This record gives sequence, structure tokens and C-alpha cells, in this order.
Amino acid sequence: MLFASYEFIGFLILTFLVYYLIPRRWQWGFLLLAGYIFYALADPRYLLFILFTSASIYGCGRWLAARKAAFRERFAREKEGLDRERKKAWKAAEGKAQKRILLLGLLSNLGILAVTKYTNFAIVNVNAIRTAFGGSALPMVDLLVPMGISFYTFQSIGYLLDVYWDKISAEKNPLKFALFVSFFPQLVQGPISRFGDLSKTLCIPHAPSAEHIVPGLERILWGYFKKLVIADRMLVAVKAIIADPDTYGGAFAFAGMLFYALELYADFTGGIDITIGTAQVLGIEVTENFRRPYFSKGIKEYWKRWHITMGTWFTDYIFYPMSVSGGMQKLNKWGRKHLGDRIGKRLPVYLCSFAVWFTTGIWHGASWNFIVWGLGNFVVIMISQELEPLYDRFHKRFAVEGRTPWKIFQVVRTVLLMSLLRMFDCYRDVPLTFRMMGSMFTSFHIRDLALSSLTGLGLGAADYGILLAGTILLTLVSLAGRKGSVRARIMTFPVAAQCAVWFGLFLLVILFGYYGIGYESSQFIYNQF
Amino acid sequence: MQEANGKKRKRIRALTLLSCLMAAVLILAFLTRLLEPKYMSDVVEGAMIAEYYGAEKCHDVLFIGDCELYENITPAVLWEEYGISSYIRGSAQQLIWQSYYLLEDTLRYEKPKVVVFNVLAMQYDEPQKEAYNRMSIEGIRWSPAKVRNILASETEGEHLIEYVFPLLRYHSRITQLGAEDWKYLFHRDPVTYSGYYMRVDVRPAENLPPAKPLGDYRFGDNAYAYLDKIREKCEEEGIELVLMKAPSLYPYWYEEWDEQMENYAQEHDLCYINFLDRTEEIGLDYRTDTYDAGLHLNLSGAEKLTRAVGSLLAERCGLTDRRGDPALDAIWAKRLARYHADVEAAYAALAEGK
Repeated sequence: MLFASYEFIGFLILTFLVYYLIPRRWQWGFLLLAGYIFYALADPRYLLFILFTSASIYGCGRWLAARKAAFRERFAREKEGLDRERKKAWKAAEGKAQKRILLLGLLSNLGILAVTKYTNFAIVNVNAIRTAFGGSALPMVDLLVPMGISFYTFQSIGYLLDVYWDKISAEKNPLKFALFVSFFPQLVQGPISRFGDLSKTLCIPHAPSAEHIVPGLERILWGYFKKLVIADRMLVAVKAIIADPDTYGGAFAFAGMLFYALELYADFTGGIDITIGTAQVLGIEVTENFRRPYFSKGIKEYWKRWHITMGTWFTDYIFYPMSVSGGMQKLNKWGRKHLGDRIGKRLPVYLCSFAVWFTTGIWHGASWNFIVWGLGNFVVIMISQELEPLYDRFHKRFAVEGRTPWKIFQVVRTVLLMSLLRMFDCYRDVPLTFRMMGSMFTSFHIRDLALSSLTGLGLGAADYGILLAGTILLTLVSLAGRKGSVRARIMTFPVAAQCAVWFGLFLLVILFGYYGIGYESSQFIYNQF
Repeated sequence: MQEANGKKRKRIRALTLLSCLMAAVLILAFLTRLLEPKYMSDVVEGAMIAEYYGAEKCHDVLFIGDCELYENITPAVLWEEYGISSYIRGSAQQLIWQSYYLLEDTLRYEKPKVVVFNVLAMQYDEPQKEAYNRMSIEGIRWSPAKVRNILASETEGEHLIEYVFPLLRYHSRITQLGAEDWKYLFHRDPVTYSGYYMRVDVRPAENLPPAKPLGDYRFGDNAYAYLDKIREKCEEEGIELVLMKAPSLYPYWYEEWDEQMENYAQEHDLCYINFLDRTEEIGLDYRTDTYDAGLHLNLSGAEKLTRAVGSLLAERCGLTDRRGDPALDAIWAKRLARYHADVEAAYAALAEGK
């Protein structure tokens, strides 16, 4: 069931009604049922996977919690009679036992993710090697890839690690934990919630109140505006360019790069708006995933504002644990000794960052494009980090820091850089992406950006007008959002003005949305991850 | 005092919300009217189905089917020459289940003595094209029959909700609005004459494409199921059902198809006439009696075919001449006046080369 479908809207309306009509103590149970229905409507077989993840992670979490409690109790009781060494040995042995439980949970779930999502990618690469040496190619396998598996697997793993690190207590009720894994609005494209955050409002009773229902509905509407008016319309031109790279080089590749950046932003943030808005209508708070990323002045800042929950997940569950691991400590020492303090100190950071960006890349998709995209980000971040002293000198010398033109330059630079890297999402392979990137510099003809040329990409002049107006509106709302919630400010308007604003937006979606017969109903881009 | 103020504020807020809601409904209704295709100039077929509701319900014969009816038979001639009051509820590529539901819909308003169904639609067993669905269904007034009609006709991507709220279907026309959309915002001109779509121009039937051999000539189960439903409905209502195949040369009517219709008619004791076998008897001349090279008849051809149909209805179905009934005479006098005036105008325009 696509978010942008009548079926989903019908499902939402029905869910909202039932949710507030049943006794409040049943609300969370109903949400669990709704989540499974939502998932089963996509493919009933998917349920097996999500049930396995829920059961295995819940089981490991409970096992860990029980073992930790038992150990603490026994340790408190018996520690008096033990010397320091024996205490240490006991703790180490217990630590190993707990780690084994953790690994059981992690590997079984990551194993499923790896097999379902990456088997064919592995076969393609093995085949490339085999055929290069005259061997025969292995057949591809037809595997079911459950919708949103990357999201709910990472969310569940995060929970298990938090239990392991004693950041949270393990959930006792298996059904409440199952709801955390299968909460339908965020099931297919995130955000990747933390149990500690989501569980605060997920399972408590909620009374219907205009205070959260109205803003929730407004946010859903804004999400549909981004998705249907901008993203799906822009997609037509993007597809036309990437489908025929031999025809569309140079200026078209440049236009395609910008179009895709806009489409991706409108698509992903629109989807997240629908997710957060839906949760809000239900009285549930979901973590924000974006903070006006295209206003970032640097790539590091951009990644703190784009897909925030994914970024913090990789930082908290890969970067930090890896950085403080024994191996990295040793590498740090070795580096300092052999390469000097300056480089030695950074070596583990680079290695951990490399691991994070490699994982980020492959998490997005089983292809070299995504891996190169992830590593591209790594390279750009590392270079900008290394060049920081130079930037500081430049800022001091020319006193540009904080000035508006300089800020604009930084924002434009970041958007262009990020958009350039995003080209790896679009084209069918890495060499082609590099070729298209190159064509922007070698065969750029400005006349190709004339409206008469762009209308050859499947969109009419009216469509470009709608896109332009939509993008301006999006930008203005983002700018206004710097001073606090735009919706909260609209709520201070007189009632008639509020109605006019939201009905106006509703009309924009209805009239200018790219939906219905003749339009392709497209998946949200992040559903595929 | 404070409490009274609070209540007053709440009342004002509620009234404002109600006013906004009403304004929103009005705006949406207006936009729906504006964006719906008007079918007044280029593709008039989309306006035919709705026209029926404006007509007086006084018909002894109801024709249901596709273009082979509404372009080939003229009820005006049936009245003038046989005193048979008839109406054609036809639409482009009307599928058999659409004909059935149109029959159900018509029976809500009147009960004819005879229903004539054109059997060309038997060739389609599944929904075909959304555009034709729209033209066949949109004009029908809401009833359970219309809902069933939509559900039976849906092609991939079609949704019932887009029929309920046509704005969801036609929203993209916002960038394509023309003068016609404003002119016909609140009214439509009639495009048919008791369901007949008149054409007077001539394009002789020459070089017809050869019939393509088919893999399977048997009509589909769904088509038969709805033919059964039409038959049963007529039996239930005491209406005589007549099956006919209009004498259009194309799309090709295969021998095997004809045989199946013959057998069906025989099996159920129905009258089935294939007018393709009677073109000489009717006097059809495909050099002068068709406007699109044999697909449809022009007025001259339609008049000839109508006479044959009228004779059949009078002889086989025992329909009596109802001319002289003051109420019917008054109704048909009005219809004929418009018909003859437009026939004259059409021939005049043709002569002027317009």
C-alpha cells in the first residue's frame, strides 16, 4: 500500500476512527494489528520476517535483561568473598556470555538482511570475477526482500544494543515490543526510532484532542503537497534524463542532478511528514528526521540535518563503539608511535568514519553506486575536515564569516556538492555516473536549459511553472521554519484565516498533485531501503 | 460574565468553522463542474448518457448498446413512420455489463415494452478503456446499479472514488481549460435526438481492412453471464428482448460469432436479427450511406435501417402505432421540430462545405 494511494488514505481514516472509538486501553493493541494488516497488504509473507525480528530481538533482550539482573544480584551477594582478580574474571566471563546473546540477536537479524538484500549483489560480483577468469556465471536467486527491512532491522538492533549497554530496560510485554518494531507509519521509510523515545508515547492511552489531531492532519497534508505536487512531477524529467544518458549529457545532466536533489528532498521529507503527522494524529511522538538540510553551510552540518535518525544511528551504534573498541585503541597507539601524533591520532577516526560511510552506502542499496556514494561522502568530509585550518585562515584574512553573501555561497556549495554525489543514486552504474558528471564540464550548452528543451523531458511548461511555484513555497516555508514551527504560527491566526491556509494547501494538492490515471503512482524513494 | 463570553467565543468559532466548511464544499463543487469534460464539441459521446434524464419517459422501446445503435438508428423516424416511441441509451464502446446496468437504471424511470440490444459488445469479456468507461458511466445518476457498473468496468488504475469525486480524476485539466469549460459550466446543449447521434456527411466504404483471424471465436463467459442477466431482467419485467447486429461493415462480425448469437436466441426463444444479412433488402448503399467508410451509417443510412427495425418491431413484437395519443404527440412534436430543423441545418452546412 503506497502512502500516495487512495487505499492508504482510506486505511488511515479507518485507523483513526477505530483508534479513538475503542476503549483507550486497547489502542496500542489495535495499532499492532493495524501495523500487521498494513504490512500483510503489501505481501503476507513479509509478516514472517517482521515477526521473526520482533520475537528474536525481544527474546534476546529479555534474556540479556534476565542475565544482567541475575548477575547483579549474585555479584552483590557474593562479591565480598572474592578478590579483585576473581571479580574481574567473573565479570569478564559474564560479559562474554552477554555478548554471545547480543551476537545471536544481531547476527540472526543482520543475516536475514544480508541474505535477502545482498545475495544477488554478491553473486553479481562473484560472477564478474569468475567470468574474468573464464568461469561460468552463477545463477541469480529470486529472493523476497521484505518492505522496509533495513529500517525495522536497524531499529530493533538499536534496541538490543541499548539493552546490552544498559541504556534502557528491556520491554517486558512482547506485544508492546512488537508494536515498536511494526508501528505502521514508520515501518517502510523510517525514521529509525529509538525505543527510549518512541515507547514514551506509543503504548499509553490517548484521548482525541484537536491539539494533536489538527497539527497532525496539517503535517500529513504538507507531506502530500511535497510528494504529489513536487516530487512525483519532478520524477518524470529525472527519469527521462537517466533513462537516456546518451542523449542527455552536459546541461541536461546538470539539470537532472538538481531535479533529482529536489525530488529526493520533496519525496523523502514528504514521506516523513506523512509519517510524523500520522503518528501525531494518534497522539504519538516520532523523532524528527530533517532540519532544513538544504540550508546547511557544510557537508558535516548537512548530515546532521538530513535523515537525522539514520546519521545518529550510525554514529551511536557503529562509530562510537568502534572508536572505543580495543582494536582502535591499539591502532591509535601504533599510529602515534609510527606515524606521529597528528596522523596517528586521526587514523582510528578515519577508519571508523570509513566503516560508517561504507555501511551507510550499502544500507541504501545493494549496488556499487551506493557504496561509491557513501565513500564519496567520506572523502568529502575528510577533505573538508583536513582543510579546516586553511578555511579558518581564509575566513580571518577576508573577514567573510557570518556575512550573508558568504553564507549563501556556502549553502549553494553544499547543495551542489551533495547533489553531485547523489548522482550515484540515479545512473545505472558507477562509470556511467562519472561520465555524466564529466559531461557537465565538457559538453555544457546553456541553451539546453531553455524551456523549449526541458519540455522534451515529459513535462509541459505548466508543469515547470507548478514546480517553480512549489519550490518557492517550499523554500519560503523552510526559511520561515528557522524561527520556529510554521504550523504553530498559523495556529495563532484567526480561525477563518487558518481554514483558508489549509484549504488552500488542500486545493493545491488536489488540483496540482501528480496522481490518478495517466500519472504513474510511484513509490517513495526510501521505501526501497 | 466570563463564562458567557467564553460561550460566545465558542459559538463564533463554531459558526466560522461551519461557514468555512460550506465555502470549501462550494468551491470544490464549482471546481468539479469547471474541470469535468463538457463533451460539447469534439467528443460528444460523453454527453449522451446524461441526456436521457432530461427527456420525458414515454418509451415503448429502449435500445441499449454501442455506437452501432446511436449512430445507426433514429427514433424520430420510428415515431414518424411507425408511431413507436423509442430512446437509445447508447455510448461509445458500451460494454455488455454497462448495457445491463443501463437497463437497470432505465427501469427506475420507465418500463419499455421492448429492449433492443446490439450484440457487437459480446466480443468484450473484460473492461477495455478508461476513457470509454467514463463516457458510458459518468452521465448515469447515482444508484446501486451505477456503483456495480463502475466496479464491473474498472480498468487498472481506475477507482470508484474518482467517480464519486470527479475532481480527483480531472484535476489535471486545470492547466488545459478552454472556453467550452466556462460556457457549459452550468448547462449542456443536447447532442442527440432521443439518443441518436446525427451525421449527414458521406465517406464511402472502400478498402475495408481484411478480418483478422482469431484464436478463439467463443464469446467470453462474462459476456454470456451479462447477456443472461439482460435476458432474465427482461423476463422478470415482462419485457421482450430483441438482439440485433447493426449493418456496420467494421469492426468485422465473424460467422462464428453470428452462429453463437443464433444459437443463443434459439435456445432462449429470442428474436435475433443480423442486419448485415439484409443490407440489400434495407437498401443500404455503402457508397452513400456511411460517413466513415462503413463503420457507422450517416443519416441517410440510419433512416433506411430504422425503417427496417420499425417494421420488425411492429410485426414481430406487436407494437402498435401510438400516434394520436395526445400526450405522446405533444412530446414528439417538440422532438421532431428540433430534429427536422437540425437535419435541414446539417444538410445546408454540408452543401456549403462546412
